[in-house]
Amino acid sequence: MSKIHVNTTVNGDEVDFLCDPRETLLDCLRDKLQLTGSKEGCGTGDCGACSVVLDGRLVCACLVLGVEAEGKTVDTVEGIAKGQDLHPLQEKFIKYAALQCGICTPGILVATKNLLERSPNPTETEVRYWLAGNLCRCTGYDKIIRAIMDTAAEMREAG
Amino acid sequence: MQYYSPDSFSSAAEIASKAQGSIRFLAGGTDVLVQLRSDIFTPDTLIDIKKAEGAKSIERTEDGGWRIGAAVAGAEMSEHAELKNEWPGVVEAVDLIGSTQIQGRATLVGNLCNGSPAADSVPALVAADARIVVQSLSGERIVSVMDIPKSPGKTNLEKGDVVKAVLLPTRAERSGDAYLRFIPRSEMDIAVAGCGVWLQLDEQGVVSAARVSLGAVAPTVLDVDAAAKAIIGTKLDDAALENMAAVASSACNPITDRRGTVEYRTHLAGVLAKRAAKIAYTRAGGSQ
Repeated sequence: MSKIHVNTTVNGDEVDFLCDPRETLLDCLRDKLQLTGSKEGCGTGDCGACSVVLDGRLVCACLVLGVEAEGKTVDTVEGIAKGQDLHPLQEKFIKYAALQCGICTPGILVATKNLLERSPNPTETEVRYWLAGNLCRCTGYDKIIRAIMDTAAEMREAG
Repeated sequence: MQYYSPDSFSSAAEIASKAQGSIRFLAGGTDVLVQLRSDIFTPDTLIDIKKAEGAKSIERTEDGGWRIGAAVAGAEMSEHAELKNEWPGVVEAVDLIGSTQIQGRATLVGNLCNGSPAADSVPALVAADARIVVQSLSGERIVSVMDIPKSPGKTNLEKGDVVKAVLLPTRAERSGDAYLRFIPRSEMDIAVAGCGVWLQLDEQGVVSAARVSLGAVAPTVLDVDAAAKAIIGTKLDDAALENMAAVASSACNPITDRRGTVEYRTHLAGVLAKRAAKIAYTRAGGSQ
């Protein structure tokens, strides 16, 4: 089966890879671009551990084919920190201990960053609904939600 | 698996009609990729319709209705203020499907063509009297939503057919629509039962026309004409609502599964019909 050459932009960098049309964007990110931050939890779009932003839209990378990324922009968890400087959301996740095993964390960071860009002053209910597709089996969500609410408040103050 | 990404629906139809073996169309991929991934089904030919002309647009039609392209994602519908204002039931039904991530990809047409009896948007489309634009080699035809589902997981679409768009009619004066479903959780589940209602009022606030549809209570979506007739000519008084609920429940032919029993689904259909009718009535400008 012939592979397809895909040109795309990941975290601001122009990249290309060869992929079988059956391979998902998640496979391509992890196995071809070595961006292993996005995790495969379920592989069926239920858990959100592979959340990435595709042309500004939050999606599960396991439900996107690698070939669909042609000409698009993909933002993953690896692009959230600027060099050694963590994003405020990442700082707060550490401060609140909003993670335990860490498998869900990249997806939750990507999903939440996307939410705060759309809605800088979300209610707790909005945050919980936005993250309904990001499953965490360790924390019980409470620390995650508190970390997010505090980040949102701090980012609003910082303007 | 051969992957195609044609730039028009006519070439999508041509590729599909000439393809050997099994075919799937890819729009949001939230069903197709799950099947692919879980080794349930891998098509020989996969036709991505997202680059086809008009696939990603929501446009006002000449008659004042809406044309929603086959690859428009749920989130794009929810963010379209005018569409949501005119057809809140349809947009809310789409918005109930899956998570934020799923909403970024999943489409109205995919929900219809996946053929699930529990598809949330389908009863809402039936209630709205939406039309489906189908492209084939011989041209374009417009069919009713009810013409598409055949049985669980199957549609009446033939080889070489591809759905281009959904057409919503002009929102009539003093009309409103609503869709409600029941799930045992607050998010991320599949309907145990669902009900779409569209109704129109006369100047006195009496229901002059209505449609009531049910999902997840039969092998395919139901258009329950008798339930609509039960509220036409009324102001949705309690007796009319009870009557409609009884008629809606009696139209059900559900299965028992882990989400609900036959009895539960049958009961729910009536309860949801009453609640959805009240919402549609308020949206049409009626007051009880």
